[in-house]
Amino acid sequence: MSAIECLDLCKYFQQGDSVIKALDHLSVAFEQGAFVCLSGPSGSGKTTLLNAIGGLDELDSGEVRLDGQRIDNLSKSELADIRLHKIGFVFQAYNLIPVLTARENVEFVMQVQGIPAQERHEKANAILQEVGLLGMEHRLPAQLSGGQQQRVAVARAIVSKPKLVLADEPTANLDTRSMEKLMEQFVALNQNHKVTFLIATHDTRVMAYAKRQIKMVDGQIVADETR
Amino acid sequence: MMNQNLQIILRIAWRNLWRNRRRTTIMLVAISLGVWAMIFMSAFMRGMVDGMLVDGLNSLPGHIQIHHPNYVDDPNIENSLPEPNEQLRTVLDGEAVTAWSARVRVPAMITSERESRGVMLLGIDPEYEPQLGFGNSVIQRGRFVADPGEQGIVLGAKLLETLETDLGKRVVIMSQDPDNNVADRGFKIVGVFKSSVIADEEMFVFTGKETVQTMLNIPALVSEIAVNGQDARDVETLLQQIRAHDSPLQTTLPWYELNPYLGLMANVMDGFVLVFMIIIFLALSFGLVNTLMMAVFERVREIGLMQALGMKPTTILYQVMCETLILLALGLVIGNLVAVVTILPLMDGIDLSSVAQGLQMAGMSTVLTPSLTTLDFVLASSVVIVLGLLAGFMPAWKASRYRPVEALAKT
Repeated sequence: MSAIECLDLCKYFQQGDSVIKALDHLSVAFEQGAFVCLSGPSGSGKTTLLNAIGGLDELDSGEVRLDGQRIDNLSKSELADIRLHKIGFVFQAYNLIPVLTARENVEFVMQVQGIPAQERHEKANAILQEVGLLGMEHRLPAQLSGGQQQRVAVARAIVSKPKLVLADEPTANLDTRSMEKLMEQFVALNQNHKVTFLIATHDTRVMAYAKRQIKMVDGQIVADETR
Repeated sequence: MMNQNLQIILRIAWRNLWRNRRRTTIMLVAISLGVWAMIFMSAFMRGMVDGMLVDGLNSLPGHIQIHHPNYVDDPNIENSLPEPNEQLRTVLDGEAVTAWSARVRVPAMITSERESRGVMLLGIDPEYEPQLGFGNSVIQRGRFVADPGEQGIVLGAKLLETLETDLGKRVVIMSQDPDNNVADRGFKIVGVFKSSVIADEEMFVFTGKETVQTMLNIPALVSEIAVNGQDARDVETLLQQIRAHDSPLQTTLPWYELNPYLGLMANVMDGFVLVFMIIIFLALSFGLVNTLMMAVFERVREIGLMQALGMKPTTILYQVMCETLILLALGLVIGNLVAVVTILPLMDGIDLSSVAQGLQMAGMSTVLTPSLTTLDFVLASSVVIVLGLLAGFMPAWKASRYRPVEALAKT
């Protein structure tokens, strides 16, 4: 059984007189521990696929299963629970909570999960050190650079070691050195903890890290290569 | 887990409030002002009614009155009743009664060498009366009635002025006896009283009870027996004890039946204060809803992010409600404090003698003393919290209903 199964996913958007096919009868499966890059031009459906797998968006038709559990028909509350415990998100824009410090942002998911304060602090310290932000943990997002904010977002996504990380253009605002550092962390997490990574990207440097590359066009998979 | 959620909810709610300091401060000032207005105005409204109650009850009626059954409809000398018998005196001298007085009270004409006026002649026993029927008054000159056989008369300062007479001069009192014969008698003015209710100064004249009984030829008869219990608002038990002694020639009535207007005012006051508070807060709640809506619209993306990270819709709802609650609680604390600080210096009363005539018509004293009650603080706090949370529910509900993907796409 695959960790993630997408069966015949359809998601259409009406734009004026024309219909945009974000997902067009798309079926795909990912094993636990996969490290996948989704590429394709803008509007090809990469983000929509990530959103569907993460339970952030509703589908017009089709099924999404995580560890065998169908999630596309769950309530908002049940989906929130699955995201909380199984999925880490990294978005293109930094998406930190502006009123929380770097540390509090990293601890946010763990706190909602109910992890005790001591354990939270230790984990947050470790991850902040890994991403090179220890010493800046008390800064608010507005006091951090774009790259630093992105590293906080990554730290938040992986700190509680989710089974799946969905990353939408995670390196879009990073310089090469930061990008490499981030990808090395992703790879380490993937190899050491079998965390599945689905990364939507235009960046060929990121694609070089992938074990599997999927190319999408108009809501369909046009190429699926495993290295 | 619940505790952890509460911590993060409180932290985000508190910091969100201060993201836009100016807006939050304005809203806080508005809520505090509203709370202050609620308490300040209700303290004065309650003080006004309490004042009317005290003035009304201290102007002779007492908490309970015993009369001849026909006296209320026809306060005539013919409708007199005997002085209290032994059984009734046992009740009247009991612990439940703080003061009582049997008095003759008849309409009369008073004439000085210059003017005549209609007055209420009171024949009293000074041993009993002062604790009961003279509460609003003080002797300005001369003395009060000395004994039941007092031959002199005590007038109000205003009446003295109207009659163009003075202390030590003589006046003639003329009334009617039970046989409809004119009963008159000359009295020397031995005292002048001043009252906080000016109408009392013009209306009442006091002399000895036995003197009036002799003048009117009604030995051992009185017009009314006035009784004060421990609390004017709780006279039922005492009323029942006294009513046990009622007879065909004697009936007992509480103050709120003798003065239904006053009774109604006292009864509807709590409801009136509540309505007043609700009206103030309803006006305020439009601003509150607007502010919270703005606060939610400004951070739709952030709400989407929190949902994406696994915060449940109900938790988002609680978080926005929590912001409302913090804002309301701060407003309540400041509003209550400001109310106490502004009311306390006025607790000695405000002299309204410049509008005395208008107040007299409303049966009020010329000194208005605000009444600061715990009930009003509780009432104001409840109104603010309940209505405030209702007002805050719509923005909170809206925030919790966003679809994460749409919220995240907002710029």
